[in-house]
Amino acid sequence: MSFNTWLPVLLLCSSLVPGLIIFMLPERATALRTTLNLGGAVLKIVLLVLMMIGVFHGVDYEFRVPLVPGLDFVLHADALSLMFVNLSAVLWLATTFYAIGYLENSPNRSRFFGYFSLCVTATVGLAMAGNLLTFLVFYEALTLTTYPLVVHRGTEVARKAGRTYLAYTLLGGVLLLTGTVWLYSLTGTLEFIDRGFVAQAGVDPAVLRMVFLLLILGVGVKAALLPLHAWLPQAMVAPAPVSALLHAVAVVKAGAFGVVRIIYDVFGIEFAASIGVTLPLAILAAATIIYASLRALFQDDLKRRLAFSTVSQVSYITLGVAIAGPIATIGGLVHLVHQGFMKITLFFCAGNYAETLGVHKVSEMAGIGRRMPWTTAAFTVAALGMIGLPPTVGFVSKWYLGLGALEVGQHWVVFVLAGSSLLNAAYFLPILRTAWFDAPPAEWPEERDYGGKETAWLLLLPPLATAAATLVWGLLASMPGTPLDWVQFIAARKYAP
Amino acid sequence: MSSGILFACGGLGLLAIGIWALVLRAHLIRKVLAINVMGSGAFLLLVGAGSMGEAGVDPVPQAMVITGIVVAISATALALALVLRLANATGKPALPEDRERDLMDSEER
Amino acid sequence: MSEWLAGAPWMMLAIMLPLSGALVAFLLPRHSALVGLGASLLTACAALVVMLQVAADGRQAYRLGGWPAPLGIELVADGLSVLMLAMTAVVGVAVSVYARVYLADSPDKVRRFWPLWLFLWAALNALFQAGDAFNLYVTLELMGLSAVALVALSGSGPALWGAMRYLLVSLLGSLSYLVGVALLYHAYGTLDLALLSERADGGLQLAVPLGAMIAGLLLKTGLFPFHVWLPPAHGSARAPVSALLSGLVVKASFYLLLRLWFTFTPEGQGVPLLLGSLGAAAIFWGSIQALRQKRLKLLVAYSTVAQLGYLFIAFPLAELEPALAWSGSVYLALSHAMAKGAMFLAAGSIMTQGGHDEIDELDRVVERMPLTLAAFALAGISLAGLPPSGGFVGKWMLLQAAMTQGSWFWALVIIVGGLLTATYVFRVLGFAFTKSPHEHERHDVPATMEWTALVLALGAVLLGFAAPWALPLLEGVLP
Repeated sequence: MSFNTWLPVLLLCSSLVPGLIIFMLPERATALRTTLNLGGAVLKIVLLVLMMIGVFHGVDYEFRVPLVPGLDFVLHADALSLMFVNLSAVLWLATTFYAIGYLENSPNRSRFFGYFSLCVTATVGLAMAGNLLTFLVFYEALTLTTYPLVVHRGTEVARKAGRTYLAYTLLGGVLLLTGTVWLYSLTGTLEFIDRGFVAQAGVDPAVLRMVFLLLILGVGVKAALLPLHAWLPQAMVAPAPVSALLHAVAVVKAGAFGVVRIIYDVFGIEFAASIGVTLPLAILAAATIIYASLRALFQDDLKRRLAFSTVSQVSYITLGVAIAGPIATIGGLVHLVHQGFMKITLFFCAGNYAETLGVHKVSEMAGIGRRMPWTTAAFTVAALGMIGLPPTVGFVSKWYLGLGALEVGQHWVVFVLAGSSLLNAAYFLPILRTAWFDAPPAEWPEERDYGGKETAWLLLLPPLATAAATLVWGLLASMPGTPLDWVQFIAARKYAP
Repeated sequence: MSSGILFACGGLGLLAIGIWALVLRAHLIRKVLAINVMGSGAFLLLVGAGSMGEAGVDPVPQAMVITGIVVAISATALALALVLRLANATGKPALPEDRERDLMDSEER
Repeated sequence: MSEWLAGAPWMMLAIMLPLSGALVAFLLPRHSALVGLGASLLTACAALVVMLQVAADGRQAYRLGGWPAPLGIELVADGLSVLMLAMTAVVGVAVSVYARVYLADSPDKVRRFWPLWLFLWAALNALFQAGDAFNLYVTLELMGLSAVALVALSGSGPALWGAMRYLLVSLLGSLSYLVGVALLYHAYGTLDLALLSERADGGLQLAVPLGAMIAGLLLKTGLFPFHVWLPPAHGSARAPVSALLSGLVVKASFYLLLRLWFTFTPEGQGVPLLLGSLGAAAIFWGSIQALRQKRLKLLVAYSTVAQLGYLFIAFPLAELEPALAWSGSVYLALSHAMAKGAMFLAAGSIMTQGGHDEIDELDRVVERMPLTLAAFALAGISLAGLPPSGGFVGKWMLLQAAMTQGSWFWALVIIVGGLLTATYVFRVLGFAFTKSPHEHERHDVPATMEWTALVLALGAVLLGFAAPWALPLLEGVLP
């Protein structure tokens, strides 16, 4: 066992170990807790960069121990997994900064940060899972570690939201488990490989369609696909950093990532298209996009509006994957990263409004741009990105999705994209207008004093940084080192040459 | 009819009587007695089954029965101790759901 | 020194150590806790050495006093036995450590607990190593009697009722088993399991005794619909006792059932199907009852009813996939022992802390005792079969066995049962995070109690990674 074998494990431990230590810390050990958190986050990024360089040069990182008869627990770092690890590691760092500021002086911080780290560990494990069994292990682990965060506030509302969350996610886990065992009993293997392992097994396509349905519904719960999305808006009772985590870093993304893995590395995109399962999925994703955007229009609660926006935006990823063309793949995968950065910016800003001024509703946001210009600027950049205006990253995603759809002759997708952009504009632009151009009220609902500054710098820096990233990557989209560049590297491996 | 078969049939009869009493009688002492009757039935069956062969009486079942009797005595002792504790603690030597029937039992007497 | 160690009669020591420990603890009531703890540790060591020996050299046999069977008593240990021995050792040590602190403020209970528990342990270890149907009867009775006495330990009305009912059921079960033994001896002239498996030829002369024995064991295992005695007994006993009963005692009669099944490998599909259906009914009935309970300990007790049902799902599946189904079942039994033990210990700590175990009134107990809640949650994860845990591995194997042969009904039962388990576990956790409108008394709970439950629960979870080491032990034991 060489260093390369243990590197994936180290990557897991860089958040697992700090998380476990943090549980043991007394509430007042703020300095030590912060050090551990940030230390782990930075270490994770360093390890990640090491591995990305390695993978780019063709090194194979794999850790394997037997788990159940015939099946191993595999951590494997390929380009796709590292992209997802990258997203969670970077956003974890940002969210940790933010959460330290957000939760200052609130109770149960050790518990919060402990579960927070475990949650990221589960996400990283899920990203690096080398077979469907390992994926399942971390998928369930993610459900379990996020539950305490959803019910963190300990109110009756939180308990009910937690119950809904579990009802949906555990059901999803069970569907995934059923599909996994079924698939294993059919094929005798569960290893992820480029272009899938199902095609070679020679199983009846009708059975495979059922398996596909089970697996996709299983991950679709977390990806908030249409009939399974109701948990997400309810989970909004959690503190803002948790919402950010749920929406941008971990849970929803884990679902979308699962869709990607199942289509590319289990079934293989070309085989999936040949048994006719991708088109229904694409239609479902399109329906989710339009439906959730319509629902978002009528939400006055800012966080609920953002939640429905997430439901809609995450389905872009599914849509891009299900269109089944190389260019659309690039659009879908790159949106995994782009949506993460944009949505986390929006949630950070929503948290800032709530924390600084007590503003929770869109109708209370009149003139908030004058009181909190920097936060509102970040919000504006991310919202424009969501609409898909150039030069933000949102435009890059939609451009590739549209081109990809045209490439394989799915013209209807372009109308879905245009319609969704219009709807996005319809629910974001009024916020921006009232925030910048309306007169502020005489008194904010619950204003806190930050010594004449807009808000605490720990609350302000993370959204500014993520918003800047979306802007820069949009401007320099084709430069080496951007998400788009890495995604093109991935997409080249998923299609038969 | 050899004595072995007689013993075995007698044993089965005792078992049946024991089960009948165990299910129908509410008073705990009666239940304990029922268990004891059943135990004797089982031992009789064991001895009877052992002496049915042509090769004469087999000593092994008798050794087993002696062991079984020791076990049965300790079980009875424990059961009686429990009945006493139960009667002291709750005032009735019967299980809660049997109490109604327990009253009828005592009226019979 | 090492040669002497390897040559020592460890199989016998695993029985004699707790037995003599029990006597010493009884004779020296003032030091019973110390003696008991020492004996526990030594017994666990002996059991682990037996396991290592079997892992290294395969099946082991030991003749007490050098007398051969049928007059002498022969001890036999194979892979299945040592897994059970190890399970008992792990849960036993945890319960011992916990009980020493838990019972510390009631000296009369300390005095009675230790001898009884060590007797129970001796009976369990003897049962797992008995190679003869009659010795199995004796150990079964010893186990039942000490378990009943342990239930009665708390002395409250419900506990005495629970103990009494348990005693009656237990005696009835053993008598039924004994009748089976008598008929078996009549039919085959021996009670040695190895010889019996050679001589048994099927037909009515095997079916009747086997039926009587299995019926008796089902009664003692508490399989639906014979479970009515179980929740009152397990729910009203003191926490360490409940952990022992739910974790180990019901497993012993299940082990015996498996042992008989493997010895005689009965043909036909009716009985396996019946056992499987009762298991499925147990899963649903037990889970639904667990969901309806207001008291935490009763919830955990009904959960035992449900989880025992899982062990019987293997019977109908074993016809086509014996290796997968049986290993799954055994693995579930092992992980249930640890998880349920941890769960009862955690429930005991919660009761000590708040003075009650009403689920709706847990009142943010997670803030006051995070370790205990973590133990409860981890144990619940293993029970629900969520990965990575021992319960997951067991259920995975059962599911795989069901799906490979296309038995969708059993697959559905396993899956829905898991969901129901998760539902009642998280119902508790939800209230543990939520503030209650009422005020409750608060007591301090010693850290040892919290930690033992947590370590045991962690064991149940880590068992998920031990399958590659544990399962090869079963090769050659399963039919």
